[in-house]
Amino acid sequence: MTPATWPRPEPLEERLLVVDPAKETYADARIGDLQPLLGHALLIVNDAATQPASLRGRGPRGEPLELRLAGWTGDGEWRAVLFGAGDWHTRTEDRPPPPPLGPGDVVALTADLRAEITSVSSLSPRLVGLRLDAGSESVWSALYRAGRPVQYSYVERPLPLWRAQTAYASRPWAVELPSAGRPLTWGLLLGLRAHGARLASVTHAAGLSSTGDPALDAALPLPEAYDIPAKTAAAVREARAAGEKVVAVGTTVVRALEGAAASGGGELRAGRGTTDLIVDRSFRPRVVDGLLTGLHEPGSSHFALTTAFAPASLLELAFRHASDAGYLAHEFGDSSLILRDTLPKP
Amino acid sequence: MQTLGTAALVTGASRGLGAALARALAREGARVVLVARGREDLEQVAAGIRAAGGEAHAIAADVADKEAVYPIAGAAAALAGPIDILIQNASTLGPLPLPYLLDTACEDLAQVLEVNLVGPFRLAKALVGPMALRGKGLVVHVTSDAAVTGYPRWGAYGVSKAALDHLGRIFAAELEGTGVRFLSVDPGEMNTRMHADAMPEAGASQLRDPAEVAERMVAMIHAAETIPSGSRLEAMAWADLPRLRAAAS
Repeated sequence: MTPATWPRPEPLEERLLVVDPAKETYADARIGDLQPLLGHALLIVNDAATQPASLRGRGPRGEPLELRLAGWTGDGEWRAVLFGAGDWHTRTEDRPPPPPLGPGDVVALTADLRAEITSVSSLSPRLVGLRLDAGSESVWSALYRAGRPVQYSYVERPLPLWRAQTAYASRPWAVELPSAGRPLTWGLLLGLRAHGARLASVTHAAGLSSTGDPALDAALPLPEAYDIPAKTAAAVREARAAGEKVVAVGTTVVRALEGAAASGGGELRAGRGTTDLIVDRSFRPRVVDGLLTGLHEPGSSHFALTTAFAPASLLELAFRHASDAGYLAHEFGDSSLILRDTLPKP
Repeated sequence: MQTLGTAALVTGASRGLGAALARALAREGARVVLVARGREDLEQVAAGIRAAGGEAHAIAADVADKEAVYPIAGAAAALAGPIDILIQNASTLGPLPLPYLLDTACEDLAQVLEVNLVGPFRLAKALVGPMALRGKGLVVHVTSDAAVTGYPRWGAYGVSKAALDHLGRIFAAELEGTGVRFLSVDPGEMNTRMHADAMPEAGASQLRDPAEVAERMVAMIHAAETIPSGSRLEAMAWADLPRLRAAAS
């Protein structure tokens, strides 16, 4: 499937592949058609804003490198993936490796921001723990001056930070755009609500989708932090009691909700946590009925997640149709809605 | 809206009414994010709030800079949590002494609109979406009587503030039922550097202390649910009706 190379001007006109696992069929629609498909569902979005997680720096011997933050792990502490010289113009798998760095090494990022390596992962020397230091200033202010959003080589030009945000982005927990929510305009969201749908949010620290290192890519997603507001947990209970569907906007929302439910013995409790949950065809969702997401290539970990909600054979068929029909892939691409009882029986 | 335990962002917080509002909100238990261009003055106000036991974070940035909007919004939410209260206080008079409209350069009008209208619009775009999603939020636009009366020489400023008032009204209409409220508040004439810049010949003795106005505005914030969203109010003429009624009964 061809990747979308830039955000398109009319999100409501973007294509929507509707997959109905109950009727075992799929159909073409547009994002602007979501309202009748969702009805009175509870729609749960990830309100994490996207950090400027890509930082250019120099190693202890002046070696140029790129550091991509992969998740916040504590006060000033981060997990990060290192790349050698170059930037997003080069495919991640073609990037040269970073200079070997070990605990205690310091990466100079800007005049007022530096990173001290605190640990190196046994998975890959590219995956490190580090501490950001901006002197007397807040690390966040320095980070916003120094960094830019992570982007991949199929995107046609440098992405400004605002292009990597949803319309409801709040705390900057994500290192990549939680892209399933990108086409959701406020006109659409308020319209859904006016017709009886409900909206709620979680905050989930969406991680990197690709590192270029096969060993590391195979370990993705790394453990990710989430925060589930009490209002959202209550809204899920109410939707369940009323027999309404719970629809996750994006794979990160599935991971947050199902991860929280799994750690709560099947019951969704509000609060913060970290999840390393792997969702695949053997997984029985306890909270989420379906999801709005991108178009995921069979074989990818995102595709595997969707097979918890629809048979792989149906999803493969639907993906092949979408690919032939010119749907676009990746974070600025088209969407799919995988949800039972949305389509008439074929 | 309660201020205890909420996160509030105040623009133009390095001096005058903005600094007074930041101090007053912090005293009432809000985690305050202060935004202004001048780092040194801003850090000083923030340090004063922290010394008094409050929580304050300083972000040195220009609200008229398009590229600064998401960095402000992101850093603010990272430091203080999702923003519940946005006080759009930063503004500029434009070139001094204040010129007649016929003597105002088109570029100067555009610059005043950029700081006083487009900047607040951009910051609202970044911060109001998450408020609407959480079902709670308050945006206060600091306005002026120059927004309603056609004072000679107050052209660029008056036009920008009239438009800012209307921005709040339309936001209020569009977001009715979401839990996000908008207020325009005219603080009246205060003893501030902006007032001295605009009217250097006026004495300071008749002017109010911004700290007194800030106290009143925080009372308005506490009573925001009783004030129709989109309203335009004068801080010193506003009577806290629910509290007066409660006191009388």
